[in-house]
Amino acid sequence: MTIRQLSVFLENKTGHLNQILAVLARNNINIVALTVADSSDYGILRAIVSDPEKALKTLREEQFSVRVHDILSIEMDAAPGSMSHILDLFTNADICIEYVYAFSFGSKSILMVRTDNCDKAMEVIKANGLKSITEVDLK
Amino acid sequence: MIWNKEIECMSREDMRTLQSERLIQLVRHVYNNVTFYRKRMDDMGVKPSDIKSIDDIVKLPFTYKQDLRDNYPFDLFAVPMKDIVRVHASSGTTGKPTTVGYTKKDIDNWCEVVARCLTMSGIASDDIMQISYGYGLFTGGLGVHYGAETIGCSVIPISGGNTRRQLQLMADFGSTVLACTPSYALHLADALVENGYSLADMKLKTGVFGAEPWTENMRLELEKKWGIQAHDIYGLSEIMGPGVANDCIQHTGLHVHEDHFFPETVHPDTKEPLAEGIEGELVFTTLTKEGIPLLRYNTRDLSTLNREKCECGRTLIRMKKITGRSDDMLIIRGVNLFPSQIEHVLLEMGETSAHYMLYVDKVNNLDTLELKVELDETKLTDTIRDLQNLSHKISHALNSAIGLSVKVTLVEPKTIARSEGKAIRVVDNRKK
Repeated sequence: MTIRQLSVFLENKTGHLNQILAVLARNNINIVALTVADSSDYGILRAIVSDPEKALKTLREEQFSVRVHDILSIEMDAAPGSMSHILDLFTNADICIEYVYAFSFGSKSILMVRTDNCDKAMEVIKANGLKSITEVDLK
Repeated sequence: MIWNKEIECMSREDMRTLQSERLIQLVRHVYNNVTFYRKRMDDMGVKPSDIKSIDDIVKLPFTYKQDLRDNYPFDLFAVPMKDIVRVHASSGTTGKPTTVGYTKKDIDNWCEVVARCLTMSGIASDDIMQISYGYGLFTGGLGVHYGAETIGCSVIPISGGNTRRQLQLMADFGSTVLACTPSYALHLADALVENGYSLADMKLKTGVFGAEPWTENMRLELEKKWGIQAHDIYGLSEIMGPGVANDCIQHTGLHVHEDHFFPETVHPDTKEPLAEGIEGELVFTTLTKEGIPLLRYNTRDLSTLNREKCECGRTLIRMKKITGRSDDMLIIRGVNLFPSQIEHVLLEMGETSAHYMLYVDKVNNLDTLELKVELDETKLTDTIRDLQNLSHKISHALNSAIGLSVKVTLVEPKTIARSEGKAIRVVDNRKK
């Protein structure tokens, strides 16, 4: 029901994002999804990659601050209103969303969502028969 | 262990007698041999015969760093060059360098005081001592070196820099003592893992750190990181170099070798002598120095003095650990601030690394303060909000500690420049 996400601390400096991407490229790690949360001084790069363990190890070796977090992942129908439907379920269960992003993988549409109550969100996913995605599905 | 029990545990009365004898001799020596002091004393109407005991020291003129610069290179030397066996000099980054000269007897005395300091730190002849202070014109390396040889340590004179090699030799040679600046000791500790070492590879048990002001929290942090006893060795080249004072195992202040260096504290503005226990600028008179004896040299270091007998048995006067110099003091919107106050807050919170830089600027005629501090990876989460909360928490803690608002910026680990000598913690852009 969750996928490991890399979170990398990123200072606001020209070319800095690309330094991280270059490390991943050199180590033949594919980026499946990527998003950057930013404030005025720094950001956090969030990424789903083909080999999270290797990515963690190599980025640490290159002195980046990086952690791995388990993030809820849900498969959506590739049709209008499907994401809205999922978020409705969360809202009705009084679950607050901290951040969300979506990407497609092959024919699949995938929603990554971080909430203020992970256990409750998992219950909602189960109770409503939402299709969850695991890392194996991304191979 | 006490290196020189007779002196270090001497009664107050005997110490006063010794200091009085030495001061009388010193004043005669400088009056007869140093034009600068003869003129100063004549201008003030003070004759050597006016100095009858150590209490008369207040009649003597002060000496400042500028006086050393004005008399560059050798005009303050009180002996002919044939009697000088060594010269050290400051880097001169803030003006002309200051030079100091030592006679053979000065070097012997230096060995003696450093030997006392090291013994006070629990170091003995079976220790292997890695000296990572710079060797050369800087007094740190050679000063500690000679003292370490005096007590019979196995000395590794590796000098500063080359972190990887420092760690390799520390592991291979089984160094039990590390001598360097506290900021470099912190850097070495942080570099352990990335160079493929762990504490288990090291035999280190004692650190002798000095040459820059550092807080008690930093001392505890270094003890924790290295699993050692950390001691503060104090000194300055003008007075001798490292070895003027050192803290014993009690860590309740640094014992000043007052039979060689007589300490006073004076008010930073009025230069009036202060009573024991009141903080002021530390002033030293070199009671036994032959090469470049100095009367009442104002170090600008801020400290307080304490004459109570220490639990360790020593009666030597203690000075409070230096955490700032009156010239390091920043005045921000009228508030006095020492960089060490920032360090104190950061280490007490323990949520970031101890590596920081303080940037002072003027925006619309208002002083601004920005603190860049390295993020501790374990505090990184996947949301910006957690990082912002951390910055706010630091900012709030600083605000309540120093009464100034500080913009806190988190930066990536290892991006703040590491110093292999004295750490630079402040960039003041107001002066430009």
